[in-house]
Amino acid sequence: MANYEIHEYDVLVVGAGGAGLRAAIEASAQGVSVALVCKSLLGKAHTVMAEGGIAAALSNVDQQDNWETHFCDTISGGKHLNNWRMAQLHAQESPERVRELERWGAVFDRTSDGQILQRAFGGHKWKRLCHVGDRTGLEMIRTLQDRGVHQGISVYMECTITRLLKDGEKIAGAFGYFRQDGRYVVFKAKAVVLATGGAGRSYPVTSNSWEYTGDGHALAYEAGADLIDMEFVQFHPTGMVWPPGVRGLLVTEGVRGEGGLLRNNAGERFMFRYLPESTRKDYAENEEESKRWVDAVLKGAKTEARRPPELSTRDNVARAIYLEVKEGKGTPHGGVFLDISYLNSERVKKKLPSMYQQFKDLADVDITKQPMEVGPTMHYMMGGVRVDADTAATRVPGLFAAGEVSGGMHGANRLGGNSLSDLIVFGRRAGAGAAEYAAGQEDRLQVSEDQINAAAEELEAPLTKKGGSSPYELQRSLQEIMGEHVGIFREDAVLAAGIAKLEEIKEELKTVSISGSKLYNPGWHLCRDLKNMIICSEAIARSALARTESRGAHSRLDYPDTDPEQAKFNIAISRLDGVMKLEKTPRPEMPADLKKLFEKKEQTNA
Amino acid sequence: MREAILKVFRGTPVEAGKFITYKVPVEEGMVVLDAIHYIQGYLDPELSVRWNCKAAKCGSCSAEVNGDPSLMCKTRMDQFAEGEEITIEPIKTFPLIKDLVTDVSFNYEVNKQIPPFCPADDATWIFKQEDIDRVQEFRKCIECFLCQDVCHVLRDHERKDAFWGPRFFVRSAGVEMHPLDCGNRIPLLEEQGGLGFCNITKCCTEVCPEEIHITDNAIIALKERVVDEYHDPLAALLRRVFKGK
Repeated sequence: MANYEIHEYDVLVVGAGGAGLRAAIEASAQGVSVALVCKSLLGKAHTVMAEGGIAAALSNVDQQDNWETHFCDTISGGKHLNNWRMAQLHAQESPERVRELERWGAVFDRTSDGQILQRAFGGHKWKRLCHVGDRTGLEMIRTLQDRGVHQGISVYMECTITRLLKDGEKIAGAFGYFRQDGRYVVFKAKAVVLATGGAGRSYPVTSNSWEYTGDGHALAYEAGADLIDMEFVQFHPTGMVWPPGVRGLLVTEGVRGEGGLLRNNAGERFMFRYLPESTRKDYAENEEESKRWVDAVLKGAKTEARRPPELSTRDNVARAIYLEVKEGKGTPHGGVFLDISYLNSERVKKKLPSMYQQFKDLADVDITKQPMEVGPTMHYMMGGVRVDADTAATRVPGLFAAGEVSGGMHGANRLGGNSLSDLIVFGRRAGAGAAEYAAGQEDRLQVSEDQINAAAEELEAPLTKKGGSSPYELQRSLQEIMGEHVGIFREDAVLAAGIAKLEEIKEELKTVSISGSKLYNPGWHLCRDLKNMIICSEAIARSALARTESRGAHSRLDYPDTDPEQAKFNIAISRLDGVMKLEKTPRPEMPADLKKLFEKKEQTNA
Repeated sequence: MREAILKVFRGTPVEAGKFITYKVPVEEGMVVLDAIHYIQGYLDPELSVRWNCKAAKCGSCSAEVNGDPSLMCKTRMDQFAEGEEITIEPIKTFPLIKDLVTDVSFNYEVNKQIPPFCPADDATWIFKQEDIDRVQEFRKCIECFLCQDVCHVLRDHERKDAFWGPRFFVRSAGVEMHPLDCGNRIPLLEEQGGLGFCNITKCCTEVCPEEIHITDNAIIALKERVVDEYHDPLAALLRRVFKGK
């Protein structure tokens, strides 16, 4: 029998980044009791690292902007694989969610007439990103954190959830442990909201922190939910490449939004060559037009000039950089040059203060005088738990998901800035959905001791074994497999070999062992995190093998073209008899009135 | 490859702490946190440390490196001489949990006491950039708690019972000086927060990785408001009426 403490709430929110905090605030505002659980200290979640801004069609800078254009940009960026209803709600509601943040105390940068300032970003037709220099995520998480403090939400920090508990088909709570002393805890809850973020730690080069081990993806999978679009992994085009210790660290897209230029080692603005035919007309034709656009940004003036090709979508820019480097046109450290040093140095420091500091402190590069060296870094999971757009409910009664852990919103490729808005739009909806569901449930849900004991035994196992694999060694092997076999470019045989290696790692995980006690033992924590990382990695690899086309962030060397037929389905992963099952499920059909928006867009572009 | 010698504090509240020496290969551009990760990954998987972003944005990896309160992710290894022993200890002001991890819950408790941002009902939400430059500086805080760590009132005099510490004066200043805020946290800052205990030695400002002018721009400005509140009520009233916050 396991020893554990018990807490009881109506709604349990797992994860305290933007989505989790917003969900907890909303559920609590609906009058139900709420617990918020996070793996780190409160306020340290990955949202804090988001830099460039929140996309919302406030049309403060470009008056032509509206939700319809934001919707079309999101769907085009997602290569038409998005869940249309999520993209619609997101575009319609993000302006109000941003204003709400402001009312709760967020202090955004201002336009000259005192409104929230907006900047350009890749794939967004108009200047749409509300921001605070290059630390927008910090502003958002602190605002939500300080709001939540006064809402009576119970916060359990440094607590890792390892299993969702069920009463029959329904969610009945969750089991986990406290990192500090390893004591076990059962949260009885009528509804659980997953807001656990992504899974970047499975890759060797990533912008993600240690927490990003695909926990919510794996918890949902094991509880019977389905994961969609797992083949779509976003490699952010601009991570630091040098020095080695900071490889993968994010360089905000805001650099390009403020006029940053990409060049190869011959000094060529190579992005002009990589614009897809379908969007070429949205971008500057040559350096002269691109310069006119930047000059207008600097003056805060209107212009007819189109935006620079550096502001193409992330999937496209990442592929371009990868190919330039592969063709020998890279920098000494295997990246390309990103240059903002031609702008006034005071402006750069004001607009991109943390980038300035980051390069100065960590790479001895003064970005106001020299170019940066950048290359792709694993950044974001488009794929995730399938949810109902309006309520964020999964197919498991009582289980909800919001933010990066959910799937569908971003389709095959996410636009920069659409993540922070996703968090607050669907965080709020998940909180409301969970609160409403919980209020409609009977009081007593039963959790069998068997489930709890099994969860505890799983955690005890690596402590009782001797001489098995080291969890850190296993993590390095996993990262190597994902980097080599399931990276930016994929192909049949390479993916299949990767899956075979993942099967071996799964077996090896059973022998993993760790010394020491349960007292703040990071090696022990990693033993359990690895299981989630492997589930996610397998889902990514199997989905990537099944999608025999190139679309958005999924690039197949053996299927380089986009196949319109394959826009008709999402690949869904679920568990059947302990084995990963893959299905092609029809993508929900967009209603005619929304389809018309694209026709209108074609006309205005023609 | 060059090797660095790290003396890392290991211990718990019940076992006597000791320093363990590790040799770690040094790569170009490496920071202290990379060396700690090397130890975890290859030498000792049990070594406890907090970290998240590795980019000086989350404020998790605070420690005392050769006695200097620092973010380990920002502390370059190449600043130490060849063969120099690098000592790494947890921040001292907070109770030890294990190795480099301390119990910082005090800070979260203090935060709850600060009344929230309170805008006027009829606010138009139009304000100029120059009106918010001041609060944006305060809002850069990443909550690394290094300022709390070095503050004499907390570290040497252990007055956690009566003193919030620099972090929460900065946080209070961030709401108090928002152009649309209508609250008044000044009596609370004086009476509960212990603002008067600060004798402006600026130790907090010196260690702030975000280079916030904690003493000059937050604490002294709040102290001036305390003086107005208690000794020059007319000035305090005028400030509120004319929103010269």
